[in-house]
Amino acid sequence: MSAILTSETKKVLTTPLVNNNPITLQVLGICSALAVTSQMSTSLIMALALTSVTACSSAAISAIRNHIPSSIRIIVQMIIIASLVIVVDQILKAFAYEISKQLSVFVGLIITNCIVMGRAEAYAMKNPPLASFMDGIGNGLGYSLILVLVAFFRETLGSGKLLGIEVFQLAKDGGWYDPNGLMLLPPSAFFIIGLLIWAIRQWKPEQNEQPDFKIMSIAHGEGGHH
Amino acid sequence: MPNAVKKCEHYEKFKVYRDKILALHNDSLEKTIAIALSLCLLCAVLVSFAAVALKPLQIGNKELDMKKNILDVAGLLDADTDINQAFDERIEAKLVDIETGDYVENMDVAAYDQRKAAKDPAQRLAIPSEKDIASIRAKAKIAKIYLVKKDDVIQSIILPVHGYGLWSTMYGFLSLAADGQTVQSINFYDQAETPGLGGEVVNPNWRALWNGKKVYSESGEPVLRLIKGVVDTSKPGSEYQVDGLAGATLTSNGVTNLIRYWMSNEGFAPYLNKVRAGENQS
Repeated sequence: MSAILTSETKKVLTTPLVNNNPITLQVLGICSALAVTSQMSTSLIMALALTSVTACSSAAISAIRNHIPSSIRIIVQMIIIASLVIVVDQILKAFAYEISKQLSVFVGLIITNCIVMGRAEAYAMKNPPLASFMDGIGNGLGYSLILVLVAFFRETLGSGKLLGIEVFQLAKDGGWYDPNGLMLLPPSAFFIIGLLIWAIRQWKPEQNEQPDFKIMSIAHGEGGHH
Repeated sequence: MPNAVKKCEHYEKFKVYRDKILALHNDSLEKTIAIALSLCLLCAVLVSFAAVALKPLQIGNKELDMKKNILDVAGLLDADTDINQAFDERIEAKLVDIETGDYVENMDVAAYDQRKAAKDPAQRLAIPSEKDIASIRAKAKIAKIYLVKKDDVIQSIILPVHGYGLWSTMYGFLSLAADGQTVQSINFYDQAETPGLGGEVVNPNWRALWNGKKVYSESGEPVLRLIKGVVDTSKPGSEYQVDGLAGATLTSNGVTNLIRYWMSNEGFAPYLNKVRAGENQS
């Protein structure tokens, strides 16, 4: 075990959780985070699908990284990623039919998810397969963490349920909770992700970007004609 | 064992070639083509294997899901129902010619797929735009309907209906009593309306409102519709009205339009007339 859990492995597994989270720091993979998080069940399956695709594609790309012609580098990565996504989609249709119906196109869209490509380019092309696999798992977990958090707020506040089990009794069923319809719509995920980014950067101020430029104060009277 | 030796020779030859290619410069034309081809081959094998190996399970899932939807709209679905058994025992599938309303007996009912037929130019009818209130452009000439019978007497007629809502074509089943007039239930099994708003077409509470509603007015026009707000059941005519979906006017209009289309002479009215006249009992 100690051979597997080297400090490098630990690093690639844990830094994407908060310190280098693909969604909140790199701001990648936002589209699927908006689309599938209205329910916890779909988010969990999506997280699992993305994590396995990222891990396997990173490992596969890393295994042949020394023989990939640079002129067709991106195409090679895309072929591997796309094949794995189709396999995952087929598996979901065979073993989790109900959920795959709800996820519809978003499983297929993992192909275009920037996290998968990003890890292939940034890590797997330069590192050995096992480390790349772990890096894929780590980034998948970082993505999953945010998805689960967003889904938690959206499902409880939007439909008073969690994993389909009632937590707040709805007013229309004789309870007290009047669900917030906005939470079921994709824009609500923007707000929640925004608040999460704010909270994380309050906690870890080193994540704040340096401003690209400073706004200069213009001396009075030198402005344009208004 | 000459055969094994031969195989071994082939493998040795392959190894020599492989090593030669792998030793080439990464950006050489030969290596680029060789890597591209072998990768494509490998991925194609992986994808086809997954698709072929999982196909039976996927088809099974789809069929089971469809049977579940049909049992649900027929009111025959409980938590512990054995879906396949209940479907085989209680439900009878039939093919109906949309234009004449007659049963089609010379085709394989189980193999017929109405949604596929609606896409096949040879098996469909284009709908002129002025009549196309459900915005579906074309329909299959032959519809697949389901009957629930008890002692050879029809209990429910389950009709496939579909039409455009706000974002998506909504596919569903409408279950009518044997009078071809009283609604028993409705069930949309394939739609992509806004979750929480138009997506409430799948809400069991809303679907329960359809029970007992009437489709045709006394002059035989399909008048059942969704209204804005809540139906006042004390008023005359309320049996032709269902509560609209709050915050989803366009989905509600879509449901009204698809009911009116499929219950009109363009849809199942000829068939229902024959059922009422007692011609289509068998």
